[in-house]
Amino acid sequence: MSVENPHKIDVSKLDEIIESYGAKKSNLIAILQKVQEVYRYLPEDAMIYIGTKIEGLSPATVFGVATFYAQFSLEPKGKYEIKVCDGTACHVRGSMPVLNAIRAKLSMPEGQLTSENGLFSLETVSCLGACGLAPVVVINDKVYPQMTSDAITIVLDTLMKEEA
Amino acid sequence: MEKTGLNINIQEEQKIAQEHIKEQGLRVLVCAGTGCVANGSMKVIEKFKELGADVAVLSDYDKMTIVPTGCHGFCEQGVLVVIPDKHVTYVKVKEKDVEEIYESHIKNNKPVERLLYVDPKTHEHVMDDEHINFYAKQTRTALANCGNINAESIEEAIAVRGYEALAKVLEENNPEAVIDTIEKSGLRGRGGGGFPTGRKWRFTAANKGGKSYIVCNGDEGDPGAFMDRSVMEGDPHKLLEGMAIAAFAIGADEGYIYVRAEYPLAIKRLRKAIKDAEEKHFLGKNIMGSDFSLDLHIKEGAGAFVCGEETALIASIEGERGMPRPKPPFPANKGLFGRPTLINNVETLANVPVIMLNGADWFSSMGTETSKGTKTFALTGDVNNTGLIEVPMGTTLREIVFDIGGGMRDGKKFKAVQIGGPSGGCLTEEHLDIPMDYDNLIKAGAMVGSGGLVVMSDKTCIVEVARFFMNFTQNESCGKCVPCREGTKNMLKILEKIVAGKGTMEDLELLEELAQSVKDGSLCGLGKTAPNPVLSTLKYFRDEYISHIKDKKCPAGVCTAMKKIVINEALCKGCTKCARTCPVGAIDGTVKNPHHINQDKCIKCEACLTNCPFKAIVLE
Repeated sequence: MSVENPHKIDVSKLDEIIESYGAKKSNLIAILQKVQEVYRYLPEDAMIYIGTKIEGLSPATVFGVATFYAQFSLEPKGKYEIKVCDGTACHVRGSMPVLNAIRAKLSMPEGQLTSENGLFSLETVSCLGACGLAPVVVINDKVYPQMTSDAITIVLDTLMKEEA
Repeated sequence: MEKTGLNINIQEEQKIAQEHIKEQGLRVLVCAGTGCVANGSMKVIEKFKELGADVAVLSDYDKMTIVPTGCHGFCEQGVLVVIPDKHVTYVKVKEKDVEEIYESHIKNNKPVERLLYVDPKTHEHVMDDEHINFYAKQTRTALANCGNINAESIEEAIAVRGYEALAKVLEENNPEAVIDTIEKSGLRGRGGGGFPTGRKWRFTAANKGGKSYIVCNGDEGDPGAFMDRSVMEGDPHKLLEGMAIAAFAIGADEGYIYVRAEYPLAIKRLRKAIKDAEEKHFLGKNIMGSDFSLDLHIKEGAGAFVCGEETALIASIEGERGMPRPKPPFPANKGLFGRPTLINNVETLANVPVIMLNGADWFSSMGTETSKGTKTFALTGDVNNTGLIEVPMGTTLREIVFDIGGGMRDGKKFKAVQIGGPSGGCLTEEHLDIPMDYDNLIKAGAMVGSGGLVVMSDKTCIVEVARFFMNFTQNESCGKCVPCREGTKNMLKILEKIVAGKGTMEDLELLEELAQSVKDGSLCGLGKTAPNPVLSTLKYFRDEYISHIKDKKCPAGVCTAMKKIVINEALCKGCTKCARTCPVGAIDGTVKNPHHINQDKCIKCEACLTNCPFKAIVLE
């Protein structure tokens, strides 16, 4: 089925992704994961395209799946994705002060996903399975163990300096 | 049933693999699990490899081999470096320590004392695992190879009897006998519910004939549990072998491993393991020359706790919203793509090859009357030794916390253990000596769950912990059934009210009533067990709830709303720094005179407290 492309989504790229996994409904989550990896979020047009392209799906189903799973974001994420672990072990050992320190440092009030300059996005996750190192913060797959408010501020300072 | 001639001699392969390990010379095992990688183990490995070039100096060995292994379990002490031939375990090794280990111990046989583990009780340096209480008191079966072999090498897995059980099973060619053995062993599902594994296999096998699936549930979502991650990262072949044996027993020829996306290293190692196993014909078409074939795929989760529930997991593999559905029909009859499906947890499947090798009697000789074998627990929180442990079922909490865990950290006082994560409950001092197994824990109002053990001291607020778990389950509730969706929301509201110091005694009654309704009325395990943390804390720590409600006090001093920040007038020099720092203008005072905090305005951000140069501001 051919679909009109209303915005600037690179359809050939999407086709390539769909092709690589196979245009099957059961591959939808993997396809969306790959799309998010490319765009750092799920653009609406990409979801519509995928929903029309794969048999047995509709844009509404794709949207339903995308909003169900915590991993998917409908807004662009920052260049640095900060995940603060708030699993039990991290929580008991003080993950909240670390989270608050990040919010203060990046001037991001509760509820804001991405910093004004688009560099950082911030979320809490329930457990990264590195409980022995609690509290843990992960920035783009790099794990920072045994964090404190001060330690995370230094980490963020370094990243900000690199970007300045 | 007729025996099948296999085109592979596993004993022969084992011998060759063991020879190759001998040829490695001095083996230096460096932990490369998620925890140790975060602490810099890749740099340690690189440094060792650099030094290893200079081999002429190793008197007894002509070679040194650096082996990156899976998780040793002792994550907090990472990076761990183990040299088995020298009977030594080094802890907290940094890149800069590598040269000293090499020069002093590897070359000159002089252990580096400062890098040895220090026993928290005796304060003595301990040389090796046999003498580190954390390890000495464990019995490792599912985790036996984790940390001892190169997790990315199929040959090292073969050397420690990997795929021997599969070869044996295929040779005997009697699926029924496999199910009998598992049933007789008494193995129960390690994912939480504790359903007898053999019975589950038998149910699925009864639907043999058409297409069946085997699914491994690696969606380890319980916060505070990481045993499945360790198996997948540290000994992936054991899991694959377990799956192959299970698939053979129930007549499945295709399978999925569902791994949560938060475990990238596990996914990477499993992918490699599957590829290596296929190359050796331990997976794929006509395994080892038999008629049995099995194709395994990996499915990455996308961050939904409820997908740990088997019907939700199936929906997720099918590419849908991961919502559970009512049972029956059970997956054994109608599962993935509508076909009979066996779903087992990672740890359950990792036990299978060991049982097939050592026999059902060996396995059932460990544990208690109703719970056989060993169980892994993720020990975290306020204990000295945090990490992953495996002990026989029936081990007491006291042994775990005070022997293996090395007691409470920083001399804090033991208050409770939260076991089983958001589906479990709290156990207190009075439970320290009950033998832990599936049934005893249920009786005590908790559950084994996935095996997360979070130790809490008197500095942990129990009500806040209950709120924490309720917040978690409320967030993760999929919204399909009303009791869970609305019930958890309202329970959370009440808990937030209590934590904020605004709760009433009526709230407490309503909370209990709601908890019961959610437990009785929810569709799946998530909702059915979500009230457990509240119910068990209400049972054992009701006083603490009451002091939040009646006295407006948090006994542990955790809940912000009940904190009071005050200025000690004797220490205050009137520098005005606090008044200038306060974001809400709650501090009054004139220069050189003691300041005062207006409690009605104060938001307890503690900004004044951290900025006071005279330490005159304190938390009451």
